[in-house]
Amino acid sequence: MHPAGPAAAIIATLWWVLLIGATAIFLLVAGLIAWAWRRPPGEVQERRFVVWLGLAFPLAVLAALLAYGLVIGERLLPRATPDLVEVRAEARQWDWRFGYADAPGRVTENELHIPAGRPVDVAISSADVVHSFWVPRLAGKLDAVPGHVNVLRIEADRPGRYEGLNAEYNGPGYRDHRFTVIAHDAEGWQAFLRGERP
Amino acid sequence: MNALRRHRALSRIWASEPGLRGWFTTVNHTDLGRMFLAVAIFFFIVGGILAMLIRAQLASPRSAFLGPDHYNQIFTMHGTIMMFLFAIPFFEGLAVYLLPKMLGTRDLAFPRLTAYGFWCYVFGGSMMIFALLAGVAPDSGWFMYPPLSSTIGAPGINSDFWLIGITFVEISAISAAVEITVTVLRYRAPGMSLSRMPIFAWYALVTAVMILTGFPPLILGSILLELERAFDMPFFQVAAGGDALLWQHLFWLFGHPEVYIIFLPAAGAISTILPVMARSRLMGYGWVVAAAVSLGVLSFGLWVHHMFTTGIPHMGLAFFSAASTLVAVPTAVQIFAWIGTLSKGRPSLHLPMLWLLAFFATFVIGGLTGVMVAIVPFDWQAHDTYFIVAHLHYVLVGGFVFPMLAALYYWMPHFTGRKTYFKLGNTAFWLIVPGFHGTFLLLHWAGLLGMRRRIDTYESGQGWEAINLIASISGFVMSIGFALVLIDVVINAAVAIRGSRDPWKAGTLEWAMPTPSAPYNFASLPQVTSREPLYDAPDLPVRLARGEGYLGDPSRGRRETLSIEIATGAPRYITIFPGNTVLPMLMSAVTGLFFLGMLLKTYWLVPISAVGVICCALYWTWSLGGTTREGALPVGHGPELLTAGEVADPPGWWGSIFLLLANGTFFGSLLFGYVFLWTIAPNWPPPRYAEPGLDVALAALAGAGLAALGPRLRPGAGLLLLLPGLGGLAWAGIRILTRVPDPTAHAYDATLWVLIGYALLHLAVALVMALFVAARRRAGHVGAIIGGEPRIARLWSDYAVLVSGIAVLAAALPGWLT
Ligand code: HEM
Ligand SMILES: [Cu+2]
Ligand SMILES: [Cu+2]
Repeated sequence: MHPAGPAAAIIATLWWVLLIGATAIFLLVAGLIAWAWRRPPGEVQERRFVVWLGLAFPLAVLAALLAYGLVIGERLLPRATPDLVEVRAEARQWDWRFGYADAPGRVTENELHIPAGRPVDVAISSADVVHSFWVPRLAGKLDAVPGHVNVLRIEADRPGRYEGLNAEYNGPGYRDHRFTVIAHDAEGWQAFLRGERP
Repeated sequence: MNALRRHRALSRIWASEPGLRGWFTTVNHTDLGRMFLAVAIFFFIVGGILAMLIRAQLASPRSAFLGPDHYNQIFTMHGTIMMFLFAIPFFEGLAVYLLPKMLGTRDLAFPRLTAYGFWCYVFGGSMMIFALLAGVAPDSGWFMYPPLSSTIGAPGINSDFWLIGITFVEISAISAAVEITVTVLRYRAPGMSLSRMPIFAWYALVTAVMILTGFPPLILGSILLELERAFDMPFFQVAAGGDALLWQHLFWLFGHPEVYIIFLPAAGAISTILPVMARSRLMGYGWVVAAAVSLGVLSFGLWVHHMFTTGIPHMGLAFFSAASTLVAVPTAVQIFAWIGTLSKGRPSLHLPMLWLLAFFATFVIGGLTGVMVAIVPFDWQAHDTYFIVAHLHYVLVGGFVFPMLAALYYWMPHFTGRKTYFKLGNTAFWLIVPGFHGTFLLLHWAGLLGMRRRIDTYESGQGWEAINLIASISGFVMSIGFALVLIDVVINAAVAIRGSRDPWKAGTLEWAMPTPSAPYNFASLPQVTSREPLYDAPDLPVRLARGEGYLGDPSRGRRETLSIEIATGAPRYITIFPGNTVLPMLMSAVTGLFFLGMLLKTYWLVPISAVGVICCALYWTWSLGGTTREGALPVGHGPELLTAGEVADPPGWWGSIFLLLANGTFFGSLLFGYVFLWTIAPNWPPPRYAEPGLDVALAALAGAGLAALGPRLRPGAGLLLLLPGLGGLAWAGIRILTRVPDPTAHAYDATLWVLIGYALLHLAVALVMALFVAARRRAGHVGAIIGGEPRIARLWSDYAVLVSGIAVLAAALPGWLT
């Protein structure tokens, strides 16, 4: 919940919206129950409860929410942009290997290097079981499924080190199946591509 | 005959055997319902102890209490036990106990099947407990994703325990579901039309049909995975044409409906209890029924929301996200109908009502977080973190455990016939509910802070320590509460004073009998004219005991009840139930040997026990019905009725229909898997197709024609056509298998083996049934001569023809087309 990239920031905002909405609905239901409890017995309008509160109200709320969710979903998609960087992540029990389109042949283990401030597409695959690629502060997660390649868009606003995790349970080494994302400034990234250790 | 003499006479007919023997030979739903509930509670305790081990381990960072090996087994078994060995069987037990009483009948449709299901549950559950104690329990998480759960990730026997043990237990779910469906549809009090049915029966019906259509994908998945593990048939291995995602689809095709299979019975209990507590009637009966049905239907369209992070195409995400939010609507209809019911009446705060309030507070939060994770971008962050763990416990504990505690306290006077005298239950309430929220509320936040589920320990300094410590302490407070409930129930059952018959002043029929109930439930069956018969006629219990209803005359000396028309509730025929027998337990023990043979890879045991099961089943059915025609018999009121053996649609026919529904879903899931692999799995199409010749096409066509025609002709001639027909289809299937001799070569070959194997199995079933009915005709059994038995056999042979036709076509078509 300390976003350091656009995708994570959008989702963090989404969370706050959801939390406020959910709290309001919860209070509404609790208030209704308290009212129902204290109301003296007698017939009430069935339609008011079933049709208005039961059908119309959730439909309206959900439609709005869904629309919001879909719009956000669009913005998180890996679309073509000019300054795109492409990297590969291959997971296995229990480490990660990363490769770079801009530096063919270059493979790093458990360290993913990216340039800060530029969108990065990570092509995620697996060498054995199902894993999941997750850098909580940069974006949501996407699974590494044997035989399939999934592409996740991440971006770091600023240079720095970000913790990456495997987020799909994959056996006894699950807890420590981590990696680090190192976001470089423009110079550092060039240096990395040239093969110099920063 | 006065009420006491009638009671004695009926008890002699219906009673289980006395003493220990009675436990193994009873087929009575009251006994079996109690036994189901007791065993389910036992498994809840085991699952709870595992939960406490989890919480103990996670109380502090860098805990060295459990290593990953043990921790992985513990959380896997906690989830597995809670879902498969506690929640579902608890519902089954409650329904088995309550339904006949609520519906105004004397037992469930197939008493011996109830017992068989119960023993399968006990034996299968024991296998799981054994695995746990021996330290070889499954450890791949309760959803068992391959390849981790397959030979690559789990070479030991651990996964086999899960796949085989749980499949064994599922027999009990399927048999209970068939049982419940047929009972609700055909075994009610005369006059109880569908719209006069107690609301709980509607929920039980929807749940049972969902079990019939929800469990088959899981059973199929388990069989495929076990075939992969045992015989290298590569359904989930990508290199040989399999796909790990196939498992995930099959699992969640079951797994999401499962959540509603757990919630709906609880909702049924709420809809029953809440109006009584509020001293009013349920608001919007029709709406609530419609909501339950639409929840049941909708829940089959949502499974992909468990796979939002697996790289599902964009449009798919949008569709399933919309569908997932949509289920909130029928849930809201129910919630607001309940609130409306409260507002109509004058609610009083008895313990069951207290638990219902806890349900509202908890389940609404769980529902709201559920809508949150239905929004895809949010799920990408929350998935597989403690946010999900917290959400699922709010739903499962709030939506199942709390309502079931309400149900326990509400029906306890019925179970025991005693007043709830000791008030430990209130103390327990105030430990459990705050304890629960203390355990799980903050864990949402831990999840958002990045705490992944299923980690065995964590480093300090990430802001999780305080949350986890609070969670663990609250968890232990909650367990003390559950222990108190247990003590409360036991001492109330043992020492409290006898209570009155209808302590809550409810209107449904289960309160129209003395408690604890007699083995025959009703001394005579009521004529029902409304939804709450006891409100119309408070003296109904006395009149029934006096024998003023149907079938009050025990002089025929056998277990009789009435079967009714589905929609109107008009009486149709007399069903005669079987007596006490050890056969169901024996048969489930032999079934257990079959599964044990698979588990231990002692394959010689497998065919032997399969034959054993068939022999038991034949013996079981042979004893049904008699050889003398009885004609129409008096039932106490109105027209005289035939017995089940002499009608065209006996209970067995209805049971077969619903068993075939489950079976057809299984076959449908298999075809789905075939198409899925074909279109999605990376290494398709296979290197080589089976290319059967024209002979296969001809044999299949001719066989299907003969086998479809045969059962429609005169019995003797019919058999002469049926047998070669089945033979022709079988030959076509076997010819295809010779073209794919190696089922381990590619997922394609493996799938053909399963398809054809399934067809051959059903052809064999059709054959055995046809011969069986023919033998019964010769022996002079009424049911086979003028009754519905030939129609039952025909149902199964038609099904066999259909599935083998489709299987041959699906297997041969690619080869023919290329
Ligand atoms: C009695 C109080 C309970 C406590 C304290 C508790 C605690 C927990 C915890 C801490 C986990 C997470 C384990 C992990 O991810 O490492 C967990 C998982 C789970 N629990 Fe519970 N639980 C309780 C009751 C239940 C009930 C009643 C059910 C179902 C009816 C249930 C179903 C599950 C499931 C399905 C999982 C997921 C297991 C997996 O990840 O494979 N739990 N529980
Ligand atoms: Cu996952
Ligand atoms: Cu779901």
